[in-house]
Amino acid sequence: MSERVLLGDEGLALGSVHAGLSAAYAYPGTPSTEILEFLLEYQEEHGRPHAAWCINEKTAYAQALGACFVGRRALVSMKHVGLNVAADPFMNSALVATHGGLVVAVADDPGMHSSQNEQDSRFYADFARVMCLEPGSQQECYDMTREAFDLSEKFGVPVMLRITTRLAHSRTVVKLRAPRAENEVRKAPQRASWILLPGNARRAWRSLLERQREMVAWSEAAEWNTLALAPDNHELGVITAGIARNYYQENLPELAHAPSHLHIGAYPLPVEKIRQLAAHVKRLLVLEDGYPFIERQLAGLLPQPVEVTGKLTGALPPDGELNPDLVRAALGLPTRAGVKLEGITLPNRPPQLCQGCPHGHAYKALKKALEPYDTNMVTSDIGCYTLGALPPYSAIESCVCMGASVGMAKGAAEAGFFPVTAVIGDSTFLHSGVAPLMDAVSANTNMTLLILDNQAIAMTGGQPPRMPSSRLHDVVLGIGVDPKHCHVVEAMPRQVDAIAELIGSEIRHEGLSVIIAVRECLETARRKRREAVVTA
Amino acid sequence: MKYDIILCGVGGQGVLSVAALIGRAAAAEGLQVKQSEVHGMSQRGGAVMAHLRFADHPVASDLIPQAGADLILSMEPMESLRYVGYLAAEAALVTATEPFKNIPDYPELDTVLAAIRRLPHSLLVDAAKLADEAGNPVAVNTVMVGAASRLLPFRADTLEKVVREMFSAKGVKVVEMNLKALELGRRAYAASSHTCTA
Ligand code: SF4
Repeated sequence: MSERVLLGDEGLALGSVHAGLSAAYAYPGTPSTEILEFLLEYQEEHGRPHAAWCINEKTAYAQALGACFVGRRALVSMKHVGLNVAADPFMNSALVATHGGLVVAVADDPGMHSSQNEQDSRFYADFARVMCLEPGSQQECYDMTREAFDLSEKFGVPVMLRITTRLAHSRTVVKLRAPRAENEVRKAPQRASWILLPGNARRAWRSLLERQREMVAWSEAAEWNTLALAPDNHELGVITAGIARNYYQENLPELAHAPSHLHIGAYPLPVEKIRQLAAHVKRLLVLEDGYPFIERQLAGLLPQPVEVTGKLTGALPPDGELNPDLVRAALGLPTRAGVKLEGITLPNRPPQLCQGCPHGHAYKALKKALEPYDTNMVTSDIGCYTLGALPPYSAIESCVCMGASVGMAKGAAEAGFFPVTAVIGDSTFLHSGVAPLMDAVSANTNMTLLILDNQAIAMTGGQPPRMPSSRLHDVVLGIGVDPKHCHVVEAMPRQVDAIAELIGSEIRHEGLSVIIAVRECLETARRKRREAVVTA
Repeated sequence: MKYDIILCGVGGQGVLSVAALIGRAAAAEGLQVKQSEVHGMSQRGGAVMAHLRFADHPVASDLIPQAGADLILSMEPMESLRYVGYLAAEAALVTATEPFKNIPDYPELDTVLAAIRRLPHSLLVDAAKLADEAGNPVAVNTVMVGAASRLLPFRADTLEKVVREMFSAKGVKVVEMNLKALELGRRAYAASSHTCTA
């Protein structure tokens, strides 16, 4: 058995390779990015499996679904909010009797280290009625991913792997096992289950519901769900899920009486095990990262007068990420105070645009163009350019979800506001800004869209966008933007005045305008130069 | 045996490469290692922090608890203070002296340094100067590892071996410069009047 030091993300990626993965698709998003990064590197070294970035999570999902339609094992990975984008194929894929294994790896971000919300993907798995495995260690990332593919093929459903930021981005030694071979290409035998016409879909839905019982039975016996009843402690039972187990174990040596403990690593919930634990104790403490997912379901499961505590009862905070100290307090252990800082207050140090970032020049030009107006509106989107919200730029006013800036600008303009400018990055534009721009074209909305094209998905580490700048311009023209009001400019410091003037005149133009400000991200440019030196 | 380190600094200062170096040394000593790091948005010139834990038994939590760290190793003085709540009572704080001022309200440097000196066991290292002396201004991180090395529960030559391994692809000159940086950092610790106890 060999070993490797791996991030949780990487353990998951290598686990899928060793499970016989044939294809992997993703759109980058922290904290899930390193899953596909690892697979891309692996592909470069070994020629297999196929791995590719996609335009967005929805297209990535459908591609993985296609691979599993022909009998192969496929992985699609994303961050939690990416699952919203892929929700349509995800929900429906639960009905299609997957043929090859399909694993959906979703990385949640409790504490919102780099996300707009905290949503808990376990609800999505439950919503779709599919199984979900939740690793609590890097080793489990590897092992559970391998099992997830088997389960997917066994039960004919996509299987979700849910991890959180902390595990995704923490590294340790992982033990590896012999790899399994890839599946042969072999098309799914029955078409009907893949054609979700109402008649078929009803059948498929019933079949999925019928399989729930088998899924629970599997979960009940799964090695990932372990129950240890403490014979002499009938006071407290602790339920942990995923990485919360680590924080529990960290504090365990200090507890005078070890509580009974159920660890849940696989869903649907192991109902019997939960009841067994509840019958043994007076109080249950639920430790889970994210939403009170397990805690909420307990109410419907337990006939006993057992008290349930957790996030809903205030034993743990309802928001943010768990840590050993919060778990410590919930277990009733005294808080430990570290060194106190006296005589100085520390200012925050928020992230910011790199010195000389092209977005900075574009924002300077934009602000200058807007000077003549007493009031104005600038909608924005998700990427490095979102950092333009902070001083010294304070240039933008919204960041809601991928692509929203374009649609929001259209809505504001149609609601009668003037002037409205929208800002979006090249990759985000392709991800989900193109569609609302088509709406704006058809209505010839009186707004100005600024596409900040830095030729990179910079925020997640500079992945290459699916399309170079030259073609971005063609796309915009191709969907019908008036060529007279579609411009490409270079986001250089000496161009700031000229760009400002151009933005100004396009704002005054009554109708839709698009300005593409092009200049490569400094970070990716620097990296390319360095690589050029190494290979020279 | 168990040893917990909070590594901190500003995004882009190489906090992760310090973690990698020490983590590899720990693994080379046969210890179990867990390292939780920062990716994504926070790396753009913001405050960053990584947890590095190693022990001769399995490490449970990926995060270090409050008052649990044996060492804060910081690439920047103000950032070193942000995490003192993690320090155990007799633990040490080792930081580079040079401030990274990318915010308008950075406090007076003297105030920051004074607060660091007031801590029970602290060491200020002019890492930028020592890296220059080693012939490589980017070896600041290696200097800092050197400065902390006496506190780390490693055999003296383990870090050297790891430095050789990690930089070998970049050529003999880079290896030599980093070994020098490691040594200069080590000496800075030895020369300090502060009594850090390992
Ligand atoms: S990484 Fe690139 S796009 Fe992001 S702030 Fe830095 S220069 Fe700008």
